[in-house]
Amino acid sequence: MNPDEIRLVILDILASIAPDEDLSNLDDDVAFREQMELDSMDFLDIVMELRKRYRVQIPEDEYIQLGTMSSTVEYLVPMLRDVQSLA
Amino acid sequence: MSYDTIIIGAGLSGLAAGIRLAHFEKRVCVLERHTTIGGLNSFYRLRKHNHDVGLHAVTNYAPPGTRTGPLSKLLRQLRLRWDDFDLVPQVESSVVFPNRTLRFTNDFEFLKQQVAEQFPGQADNFQKLLGHIDAHDELDLFQRETSAREVLNGCISDPLLIDMLLCPLMFYGSPTPHDMDFTQFVIMFKSIFYEGFGRPFHGVRQIMKQVVRKFKSLGGELKLRAGVREIVTDNGRAVGVILDDGQELAGENVVSSAGSAETLQLCPGDVPDNKADYTPGEISFVETISMLDRHPSELPHHETIVFYNHADAFHYECPDEPVDLRSGIICSPNNFQYDEPLEEGRIRITALANPACWMDLPEEEYVAQKARCFDEIAESAVKVMPEFRDFTVDTDVFTPRTIRKFTGHTNGCVYGAPHKLRDGRTHLENLYICGTDQGFLGIVGSMLSGITIANRYLLK
Repeated sequence: MNPDEIRLVILDILASIAPDEDLSNLDDDVAFREQMELDSMDFLDIVMELRKRYRVQIPEDEYIQLGTMSSTVEYLVPMLRDVQSLA
Repeated sequence: MSYDTIIIGAGLSGLAAGIRLAHFEKRVCVLERHTTIGGLNSFYRLRKHNHDVGLHAVTNYAPPGTRTGPLSKLLRQLRLRWDDFDLVPQVESSVVFPNRTLRFTNDFEFLKQQVAEQFPGQADNFQKLLGHIDAHDELDLFQRETSAREVLNGCISDPLLIDMLLCPLMFYGSPTPHDMDFTQFVIMFKSIFYEGFGRPFHGVRQIMKQVVRKFKSLGGELKLRAGVREIVTDNGRAVGVILDDGQELAGENVVSSAGSAETLQLCPGDVPDNKADYTPGEISFVETISMLDRHPSELPHHETIVFYNHADAFHYECPDEPVDLRSGIICSPNNFQYDEPLEEGRIRITALANPACWMDLPEEEYVAQKARCFDEIAESAVKVMPEFRDFTVDTDVFTPRTIRKFTGHTNGCVYGAPHKLRDGRTHLENLYICGTDQGFLGIVGSMLSGITIANRYLLK
């Protein structure tokens, strides 16, 4: 997957976790925590959704990379490079 | 067939745990002895009327768009939308004691004003109490048990205000008489006073339906009429269960929402060192349901919930008599801010009851006692609300015996054991407790309980 495809995957995961949230105006450089009030339970869910969908393992001390959309995509690019997009 | 997790009880906590596990591809089966789902929050139909059991109001109300707090946490964890529960906020509720009334709504500032008006000398003390409440992390699973009355006495100098604050919180969640664990107090205080009451137009059915549909859509298995007779153990581990009909199911983990003492009884020969922690509760209730030929607002009665007490002090305890007529809860499911009125008018009145006075009565005496208590409870309630008895078209009553029959709770206790197993661990390393005896309370709390146990131990 390329970065655009990964971004769509993350958007899809966010939409599933917070279906009432309007994500069309999401700012890629502002923390999810600030924009959507995501808490540690939600971040754990993002990690678990990635594991469920793409079998990627994210170690606990690297959760910090998932702070914003930009940092998340950047972090996942090498991990998902060889994975086919499901979209 | 072997499951990753077997869950005992298809109430809200068990089903919520099941949703989390099924969503993350675990093989999970929820077992329910009763013919329908719900446990302590169920529903039934009698003579063409739909009734709710348990739920008077959903606590932890939050309006749509709220991103923090227990309700939004719950919705995200279960991948549900706010509209799925579609909670309608209350009108107004009150705590009514002799010569003093405290009114409250879902706007906490209103209660603060009420305290300042009704107890002019206590406004600063009340603020001090709020400081203690805000500083307490009630979701920490390792909080030590402390006395809520001790904290209250340290802040508030008028015993009447202390009793009036405790009254609704105890009635809606305390498994212990006279006092509450402070953590439980904080959970209840926030869920009732900070957040408030809501109710779906269709009552608890709406919530149960969404939750069970979600569970099944994720591939979760639900077996009704499948009571667990025994938890099979091997070397300090649970390895499966035996059902009432003798069928055996194997599981890697077992989660039980049956209650701590009730769960222990399912484990043959196992006596944990902390057996005293598994003592069942004794707080139970009788509830009368009156179907009216008009809406409560026409009586006129506009309040959502009235917590009343006729005595000088509030006595939250197991009474000596079948029911305690000194206090009670009046719930009018009609009095929420619906767009259109509910079809039928209804008044539910709940009072503390002594389980021992109900359990072993011969059928004839049981029926007679139910009828007698119905009249006495109504007589006690009309001291604080308009006369409604002449407009009654149908009635029903449930007692501690009814609760025991349908939930399996010893003594028909509603809020479970006095000691909560907050971290969900038991004497067996892979047997966990969720629901009432884990200790998160209310409709939202019960689901968060199942979610917490699933996340912490079964999804790592």
